[in-house]
Amino acid sequence: MHLTELAYTQLRRKLDRSELSCEKLVDLYIENIHEQESLNAYITVFEDNARQRAIEIDNRIAGGQAGMLAGMVVAIKDNIVMKGVPTTCGSKILSNFVPPYDATVIRKLLEQDAILIGKTNLDEFAMGSSTETSNFGATRNPHDADRVPGGSSGGSASAVAAGLCCGALGSDTGGSIRQPASFCGVVGLKPTYGRVSRFGLVAFASSLDQIGPLSQTVSDNALLLKSIAGYDPNDSTCANVAVPDYGSFLQQEVRGLKIGKPVEYFSQGLDPEINRAIENVLESLARRGAEIVEVSLPNLEYAISAYYIIATAEASSNLERFDGARYGFRSAGAKNLEEMYVKSRSEGFGPEVKRRIMLGTFVLSSGYYDAYYRKAMQVRTLIKNDFDRVLEQVDCLITPTSPTTAFKLEEKLDDPLQMYLSDIYTVSVNLAGLPALSLPCAKDHQGLPVGIQFIAKPFDEGMLFRIADHVEGNHTC
Amino acid sequence: MTNVNYEPIIGLEIHIQLLTRSKIFCSCSAQFGGVPNTQVCPVCLGMPGVLPVLNQNVVEYALKLGLATDCEINPRAQFARKNYFYPDLPKGYQISQFEQPFCQNGKIDIEMGDFVRSVRLTRIHAEEDAGKSMHAEAYVGTDETLVDVNRCGVPLLELVTEPDIRSPEEAAFFLIHLRQLVRYLGICDGNMEEASLRCDANISLRPRGETGLGTKTELKNMNSFSHVESALNYEISRQYQMLSSGEKIEQETRMWNVDRGITESMRSKEFSHDYRYFPDPDLVPVVVDDDWIERVRRDLPELPLQRKKRFIKEYALPEYDAKILTEDRAIADFFEAVAIKVKDKKAASNWVMGEVLRCLKEKKCNIDELRLEADSLVEIIQLIESGTINSKIAKSVFNDVIESGDSPKKIVKEKGLMQITDHDAIEKAIDQVLQAHPDEVDAFRGGKDKLMGFFVGQVMRATDGKANPKSVNVLIRKKLSGS
Amino acid sequence: MSISIHKVEKIARLAKLSFSQKEKENFTDQFNQILTFMEKLNELDTETVEPTTHVLDLQNAMRGDTSKTGLSQDEALDNAPRSKSGFFSVPKVLDKQ
Repeated sequence: MHLTELAYTQLRRKLDRSELSCEKLVDLYIENIHEQESLNAYITVFEDNARQRAIEIDNRIAGGQAGMLAGMVVAIKDNIVMKGVPTTCGSKILSNFVPPYDATVIRKLLEQDAILIGKTNLDEFAMGSSTETSNFGATRNPHDADRVPGGSSGGSASAVAAGLCCGALGSDTGGSIRQPASFCGVVGLKPTYGRVSRFGLVAFASSLDQIGPLSQTVSDNALLLKSIAGYDPNDSTCANVAVPDYGSFLQQEVRGLKIGKPVEYFSQGLDPEINRAIENVLESLARRGAEIVEVSLPNLEYAISAYYIIATAEASSNLERFDGARYGFRSAGAKNLEEMYVKSRSEGFGPEVKRRIMLGTFVLSSGYYDAYYRKAMQVRTLIKNDFDRVLEQVDCLITPTSPTTAFKLEEKLDDPLQMYLSDIYTVSVNLAGLPALSLPCAKDHQGLPVGIQFIAKPFDEGMLFRIADHVEGNHTC
Repeated sequence: MTNVNYEPIIGLEIHIQLLTRSKIFCSCSAQFGGVPNTQVCPVCLGMPGVLPVLNQNVVEYALKLGLATDCEINPRAQFARKNYFYPDLPKGYQISQFEQPFCQNGKIDIEMGDFVRSVRLTRIHAEEDAGKSMHAEAYVGTDETLVDVNRCGVPLLELVTEPDIRSPEEAAFFLIHLRQLVRYLGICDGNMEEASLRCDANISLRPRGETGLGTKTELKNMNSFSHVESALNYEISRQYQMLSSGEKIEQETRMWNVDRGITESMRSKEFSHDYRYFPDPDLVPVVVDDDWIERVRRDLPELPLQRKKRFIKEYALPEYDAKILTEDRAIADFFEAVAIKVKDKKAASNWVMGEVLRCLKEKKCNIDELRLEADSLVEIIQLIESGTINSKIAKSVFNDVIESGDSPKKIVKEKGLMQITDHDAIEKAIDQVLQAHPDEVDAFRGGKDKLMGFFVGQVMRATDGKANPKSVNVLIRKKLSGS
Repeated sequence: MSISIHKVEKIARLAKLSFSQKEKENFTDQFNQILTFMEKLNELDTETVEPTTHVLDLQNAMRGDTSKTGLSQDEALDNAPRSKSGFFSVPKVLDKQ
């Protein structure tokens, strides 16, 4: 097996025993990145910095003082800022923007001696489900280059799946970590809202956004979450809740656990192959002593509408700062202030971002606020109440991550509503602020990965790791 | 100048810049007047990825002002985004409060000589200030606008009144009262010229006896109390003329042009604003419980009106004195520090209202910048009370203290300013004066009593002002009548 | 509810975006499609339902009033498309008519 296909836990053993050096490891990943440039997973690669840092980390490992992630080569979605290197959000409007500060998650990764290898491609401002709307071109799915990797964290998912890094950070506003993880056959976690600091994540929809890890294995994912989670005084919405040792949830039994199967997730529109894959997992869990119960989330069908109203409203406001005045792209030849604003924004944003800004501006505008925005916020309450009620009865919910496996490039690009509908299984989790993890559980007849989604109570990521690790260990695909 | 048929209906919106060390949502300095774009960080520059964190003192200050103006304190306040594009607004929205401000439904009573005007307060909310953009071609020199972000994020409280004010004079009194209040509370320096207090006004006229409201105009750009009064007066006559000639008032914003002494319409092609307010998802609610409110209430300083009443009662001062002394909290503190240590409270009042205030005016400074400790003034008053110096000498000692910072006792001793109470010494001086002016002595004896003042003056001069004037008087009379 | 191209133009002005006639027409169609879908929410009676602004029940996240040095002027202006004498520079506001 190629070294870059190994999980971090295995690599770390080799590093600690000096059977492998970080320097060598970084070279292997860089080699892979060059070989698979056509995937277009990265926007920026820090070859020199990563090599230099690898030498430092090798010394630290030799000195016995290495951090939790020593030598883990991690890729960062390019909507998370790092001091001194460009952050683009996949948008022309952020051309040449070099942030003067680090996101909290970056600081935490560096504190644990991770090696940051590059910034990954994404849908422009994380608005999309296919990583096709980036100003830097579409990213491709390593399982089939004619297909999308999912989105918006498609660069991160593709990079992990193709061995272009060991783990990655993505961001999830309506499924942007879980859906690409599902399409690319990797593990992707959206933590509880408030579990991980958003400081330094370029906001799409502030009340829904959350940074989370993508990895090859559940245990790597648990390790990454442990290192980035926790209270941050720079983020008022980040909760002061102790971070457990997620490793302790691994390799546990599932006997006695109560698992909910929300009937609404298994209705029309679900690919029968995916349905079968999920049922297989449920059966296997039942065989191992878990109790499977059918539950109902009656307001689920309203989730997409509520989500797109709230997300676009917040986005329209969050994206007002991109005005050509202080950073990023300014249209040449604007003769007055109004022209600078309108030209810079019209030339700087792509069509999907503009569409969402327009929708969001509309739902917040005078005369429409109550009918759309306020209404959506109320429906959000109903959806959250549904989950609260159901999660009182069960330890975890199991659903498909996406109604389909990876679709073809450009298949849905011209039909925004169809694209929005593909987020059906993921957005409600963001509305309710819950943690959810997507795990590869099968392949369809075309060899494309199928993802299964686990949803737990707030701050109960440990439960997700426990069940996902169990399924991973007993369900090779 | 108002016609008796119409009464002005005035409401004010006042921005109060808070005296916090740091900005409202980041740790940059909130100090006034730094080098452009040096009191900035990614947060107040509105860089991608940043998040606001609320400065606790902003809440404390809002509660102070709310409690001092009889407001209801909202148990759950929330910040909201006000969305619009402007170069001095880096995020494209201002973080303010909309549906859930910190304080609501308050009241400020204004004493207007013979009556009290009660002005209801709609709300007090907190928000961030914008940056500064400079358009003036004279300064910029080209067709560009220059932006300084330093002021961006400096905390403001916005206080909005109901339309309860009925004259420009009342508006000015309201502002004077509010300035005094925020200074007492220590939450704002109250300086209108430096824009620490900014006032916009809404004004309409309505026929007397009616209860509805006419179309109002909003007045801006008034940066002193007298501007507010003048602008309102101008607007009253403008609206009156229009109404009486049957024209309609247009609801609009008008700028006060101080040079021309008129208000001017801000005719703008821009369509009416739609700020698209919504709760800021980046900031969690501020929950103010009873304990918090009580703690702030306990720490409130004595307010001007209460203090005035107490001064009248406790120090037996005339109302006039008490009013002047309590206008400024620091002056009132100074007076009290003196008054509690001297027997003659009225003397303390006279000194503070007279010499001390004169000095502050001349030097254009605050009392804490003056080289005068309360104890020094106590010493001066005590030196007079004990007869060590007379009041004329006392004034020169006072000036010496201000210049040198030395203690009054030391000055009196070193300069030998002790009052001459020794009758022999005074008599000797009198004899000399009388001998030197035989003609005047004769005239006095001939009935020209007015010359008494002349003799006293001469004797005081001969003793360098140190003789006790009373003794001088008695002794001269005795000498001139006796021999 | 159906929205007109005129409404789309008004929203574009608020959002500081401009579109070609064809884009506007396209938008109007897509908008109406999406908004019709969103109107599904009207099936729900939410009269007595509190809106959820924050999904977590957090409150009073505040910092003490201490000041720290932020960025230098150079760092602040480093990303600016145009700056002058320590200021950000933008084209002048169009003269008021």
